[in-house]
Amino acid sequence: MTLVSIVAEVTLSMLTFSMFFALMRLAQGPTLADRVVALDLTSTLVVGIIAIYTIYVKEPVLLQAAVVLALLSFVGTIAFATYVERRGRP
Amino acid sequence: MNSLILHTASRLLHPLLLLYAVYLLFSGHNVPGGGFCAGLIGAASFALHTFAHDVPSARKLLRADPHTLIGTGLLFAMGSALLSAFRGQAFMTGLWGGFDLSGLGHVSVGTPVIFDTGVFLVVLGVTLLIIFTLSES
Repeated sequence: MTLVSIVAEVTLSMLTFSMFFALMRLAQGPTLADRVVALDLTSTLVVGIIAIYTIYVKEPVLLQAAVVLALLSFVGTIAFATYVERRGRP
Repeated sequence: MNSLILHTASRLLHPLLLLYAVYLLFSGHNVPGGGFCAGLIGAASFALHTFAHDVPSARKLLRADPHTLIGTGLLFAMGSALLSAFRGQAFMTGLWGGFDLSGLGHVSVGTPVIFDTGVFLVVLGVTLLIIFTLSES
């Protein structure tokens, strides 16, 4: 049990805890903009979880998945923003 | 959408995403990655350009019609699978060759690379066809 693995376990549980609240906002968000922001936050949290897990299991190859997810969620959020703008109301 | 931030971001990110797609395509046989993933990333780069500018501009940037990309990709995949059949082995058997680069080590080239390139082109073509059609409607 090294210091790095203890820190990774604590951080992973904290990220999972915040993921719960992000998913709650995604489910009950009053407007579409709330849901889009919650979805963006969820994907950013998943990127963080993958990065911490990469350190935890010492498998650097997993970082590629984090990079792909970060790039694709960015494009997805922009697509949602275009849709919201075209619709005219939030 | 007409935003200066998005225009600048797409100009910076487009070559970066394409480079990452090529990296994923060639590293795919030994580590996670491969043709499908690379095709999605490549399509995301053109989708970003579509959102930042418009569809005709993205079509001009792509140069080839998405239909042509799908056809060429299928031809690549079929050709790589048929190569081993002409050599008297089972259909789709991987054939490997290679050459030595002085100082850089051995480079293995085989039919799986051609097959992955075909998958890359098909995924790129299909995804861009969907995105262009949805954006134009």
